[in-house]
Amino acid sequence: MVEETPWQQALRYANRANPYPFYEELRKTPVARQPDGTYVVSTYREIVALLHDPRVSSDPRKCPVAAGTEDLGEPAAEPIREALTEPNIITCDPPEHDRDRRTMMPHFVGPPQAPHLISDLEPDIRRLVDGLLDDMKGKTRIDAVDDFAYPLPVTVICKVLGVPLEDEPRFHHWIETALDALDFGPEAASEEIRSRQAGARQAVQDFGQFAAELLDRYADQPGPGMLSALVNEDGPEGRMSKGVLASNALLLIFAGHETTVNLIAHSVLTLLRHPDALEKLRRRPELIVPGVEELLRFESSVQFWHTRSALEDIDIAGTTIPKGAPIFLAYGSANRDPERFTDPDELDLERRDNQHLGFSQGIHFCFGAPLARLEVQVAVGEFVRRVQNPRLVEDPPPYRHNQIFRGPRHVLVDIDGIRD
Amino acid sequence: MTWRATVEELVREFRASGRIVIVGASLAGLRAAETLREEGFTGSLTIIGDEPYEPYDRPPLSKQVLKGWVPADHTKLPRMREVDADWRLGVAAIGLDRAAKQVRLADGEQVPYDRLLIATGTRARQWPNPDEAALDGVHTIRSRDDAEQLQKELAEPPSRVLVIGAGFIGSEVASVCRELDIPVTVVERGSAPLVGALGGVIGEIAAQMQRDHGVDLRCGLGVSSLEGDAAGHVRRARLSDGSTVDADVVVASLGSIRNVEWLEGSGLAAGFWGVGCDAGGRAFDINGVVTDSIFVAGDVARAPHVLYEYQFLAMEHWDNAVLGAEAAAHNMVNLEPNYRPHLLLPGFWSGQFGVNIKSVGVPPFGDEIVFTQGSVEERHFAAAYGHRGRIVAAVTFDHGKWLEYYGKLIEQSGPFPPPPPGWDQPPDVKPMPAEFPDPRVPTAIPDVVLTGHAPSERTAEFRPRHR
Repeated sequence: MVEETPWQQALRYANRANPYPFYEELRKTPVARQPDGTYVVSTYREIVALLHDPRVSSDPRKCPVAAGTEDLGEPAAEPIREALTEPNIITCDPPEHDRDRRTMMPHFVGPPQAPHLISDLEPDIRRLVDGLLDDMKGKTRIDAVDDFAYPLPVTVICKVLGVPLEDEPRFHHWIETALDALDFGPEAASEEIRSRQAGARQAVQDFGQFAAELLDRYADQPGPGMLSALVNEDGPEGRMSKGVLASNALLLIFAGHETTVNLIAHSVLTLLRHPDALEKLRRRPELIVPGVEELLRFESSVQFWHTRSALEDIDIAGTTIPKGAPIFLAYGSANRDPERFTDPDELDLERRDNQHLGFSQGIHFCFGAPLARLEVQVAVGEFVRRVQNPRLVEDPPPYRHNQIFRGPRHVLVDIDGIRD
Repeated sequence: MTWRATVEELVREFRASGRIVIVGASLAGLRAAETLREEGFTGSLTIIGDEPYEPYDRPPLSKQVLKGWVPADHTKLPRMREVDADWRLGVAAIGLDRAAKQVRLADGEQVPYDRLLIATGTRARQWPNPDEAALDGVHTIRSRDDAEQLQKELAEPPSRVLVIGAGFIGSEVASVCRELDIPVTVVERGSAPLVGALGGVIGEIAAQMQRDHGVDLRCGLGVSSLEGDAAGHVRRARLSDGSTVDADVVVASLGSIRNVEWLEGSGLAAGFWGVGCDAGGRAFDINGVVTDSIFVAGDVARAPHVLYEYQFLAMEHWDNAVLGAEAAAHNMVNLEPNYRPHLLLPGFWSGQFGVNIKSVGVPPFGDEIVFTQGSVEERHFAAAYGHRGRIVAAVTFDHGKWLEYYGKLIEQSGPFPPPPPGWDQPPDVKPMPAEFPDPRVPTAIPDVVLTGHAPSERTAEFRPRHR
């Protein structure tokens, strides 16, 4: 048996709750070639350099060998990519990327066309969060994932995009099924993961079908939300094709809540593990803004990204990433890089100069960041203010299977009550 | 008692009870004051400003304020922390007596200092003929009052605006006029807009952009005179080719003048290009000897820059004001070896005609340019400037997210032309002359000894030390 690299160890399910010691080991080789030919980049400086390097592609179609295919050894499963034939904004390069992102931007983040689009959602978000906390009244034990972290983002993204909320159970199931088969680690070859793959492929196809039908409906009968607008309105650079739009719709439905669920769940978990920080936030609610940034750094919502590859030989950190090599950027590791962040394993809600990679950087900087920030600020701020004496029941809690969107499946919390 | 103990004692004592005076109550002055307090300076702090206002932000003045989106008095700079200063606003400093360590104010008062920060910035160059400059409707734009007055007149609206000079400010004003649907004529002495800052190749693109937006752009021409009506309001301009332009608002955007006159006789290296200082903001005297008690920051400072052959660079950039002020303030309350350099890679941005223009490095230092990414036709592109085979600057039109990449290449003295991108490559990637105008005005920039960056050797690396 060949000894596993720190990266492979970081990806093992058993280490899901705490991959950080392996990241620390990994950072000793900032750009590390893996046995399957992938290059894993784990240090802040190098990741930022590559995020801004136009010789790095985000388009899997340009990568001659997809990350972790059979040819290179360990198979990694990625049904989400396989099922989508059209690119979305995170799986394509400029100029397509720029054009599609520019087309979508005014319908979402707004400025300069609609600068209040996100901030106007705040009352709704506040109402939703209040409702969720009100529902906890009388309970002594809650699940911070199912009862709190999940319902908020999914409701908000459905509203923003114009996806009927009644369809939520269907796509929730598809997403869960797809994510459970997503594995980049040594366990990808296991019987269990392999058996999940067929189901996952089907789930993504069904999900795609669902998006296409929704777009068709909006083409017939315009409705509220961003998707309808994109189907029906011409931007200055024309309209996106149906396929590209469907692919981006999937991306937005998925990314619009999946990452935020994990961030809220991790924020609650992290604060319960750091009672001093929680108490500080309770006393000084204004710290929620820098606090959420720190929570994003501390438990990055997206631990790494995997669709990048080198289009030329790239010399970096004493290594040459050869043309054609898949590149994994380990955000979760960069955010704990002591070369960039003082005492990176300390939670400091008042951390200065906190330019974490929780939303990445460069042209693929998280499209939904402004919405995610607002949701998490309201949710975590209200949780801290209203929940009385919260105590973690199980530490570490059970984690979801996939490594990219790493997050706890449940966070059980005992509480004394809910303040008004 | 050792020497070290003595030095530490000195620093401690100065921080506790020293007297610091900042001349200039703008961005640099304010950020310096905040940094001084941040660093534990508890002595007396005086901030002198000739305008009656608390420090305000200038970039919005030629954009949001002129459009009428933001009132001019809503541009006050946010306070990052309490500065607890004695604010002397509305009174100019008119003299510096280094022997007595005093700043002389216009109201006759003398303000003593132990350490002084010069942050007097620049002012707009006025229309040279004073009678014509005094006509109603003739403007410059630099201060809050300027912007407020001009905004009012644009709101009327005028039948035509004449902008003299197509640098960044002139171009931004022209852009605002078009957005407000006001006819505008731009007269530029050079071959194209932005030519001084970005060269003729980019200037041509900027010219096309202006014309596409309906600007009546006239290059290679000057304005010979301005004519007013009987009521003393400007009505017409006569151009150097004998033609005339009827306009009832004229904006003279003729660049800036450094506010150094008050330093005359002080013995400091102050002149046309600003106040010379080292990379730590310590002012030089006229002999090039560094002073211990006088510091400079912001637009008025000029310091040798390691990346540009140690030429003295003066930068009228927002982040230069902030970071220069922070470095100078730090050094004002520390001693060697705890001095901090201010080694900024210059950068600026401008918004005009719906395009976000950003630049990094010093474009006029380059003599060649190459388009590296995107499409010139669609005006989403990046271009790099080169000098002797190394990249020295880059400019982007609606492509700002790539600046970081070019910035890193510049810091590492990367090759020119830079490595080709893997995608989004423009059809023609051949370097061409960047077409900067010959500097006609003799400058005070001294030639300095080359101490690195030979074309054959690209090993030098620029690494500003962070806190």
